Amino acid sequence: MSIQPNNGANPIPVKIVVAGGFSVGKSTFVGAISDIDPLTTEAAMTKVSEGIDDVGDVKTKKSTTVAMDFGRVALSPELVLYLFGTPGQDRFHFMWDELVRGAIGAVVLVDTGRLEACFPAVDYMEQTGVPFVVAINAFDGVLRHHPEDVREALDVPAHIPVLVTDARHKAAVRDTLVSLVRHAMTMANQAAVGR
Amino acid sequence: MTDAQRDPFTSLRVRPYLLTGGRTRSSVDLPLEALIRTTDAGHASLDQQGHERRSILELCADRQSLAEISAHLTIHLQVAKVLVGDLLQEGLVASAQSTATTQNSNERPDLQLLERVLDGLQSL
Repeated sequence: MSIQPNNGANPIPVKIVVAGGFSVGKSTFVGAISDIDPLTTEAAMTKVSEGIDDVGDVKTKKSTTVAMDFGRVALSPELVLYLFGTPGQDRFHFMWDELVRGAIGAVVLVDTGRLEACFPAVDYMEQTGVPFVVAINAFDGVLRHHPEDVREALDVPAHIPVLVTDARHKAAVRDTLVSLVRHAMTMANQAAVGR
Repeated sequence: MTDAQRDPFTSLRVRPYLLTGGRTRSSVDLPLEALIRTTDAGHASLDQQGHERRSILELCADRQSLAEISAHLTIHLQVAKVLVGDLLQEGLVASAQSTATTQNSNERPDLQLLERVLDGLQSL
């Protein structure tokens, strides 16, 4: 298919992943900036678990699903941004592999009341080299911990931005995404220099 | 019983791959955000299609991402991927992203694209 430039006939889709623990505000974050009401898509996961009951080493095939909320933002006639909110548990890594493929990067949302909920997401992004920022969701308007304390608690390296956001407000969400894109650009620049 | 098993889409939960003839993988590798639109051939073929394929072709009269197809038609993402992959190979839908992703499946957006995203975000 030929690419038709500048007429919006073939907009380029880009995506950003929004990860974090349960009820940390991922859907709110996506909804605050999305042009559409966030949609939900489900993916099936089939996994063989071993020795989970008294039947001995019988392998049980378990099927489960993971739901993802996502939104869409038209950045220009030629560019559309998709934001995918994804559950933060380890067992959803199979989905993350698919999600981060070709992604600009990830926003790891953090609730300072339950810091541990974001550990798997932070670990995953670090290990896979996906550009990410840590965004503390001060969703009741109160920041309980200083970002640098959160950085220390999460053991996030100095070059990874740790910032404060408010998932309810479009401007705050936009600023968070801007920080992520800038960080991704820095990483892309470093990769280009190191090549 | 988990929450996932208790949801309203029980029929699809039980046999999500019935729609795809049991296939769980598509021959075409499409990312979730791939934009799909129905081709003229796809529009012309509507009357010959089964329910799901027809629904996809009708939905993609306006360009939709793979994720949106899955959400709007309440079919699992992987199922949507297989069905759309078939339609793509038959020339009934088109996507500018299908070839690019198979070639560069792990590539991140380049600097030029990131700059455009930055400009777009800042203009919101």
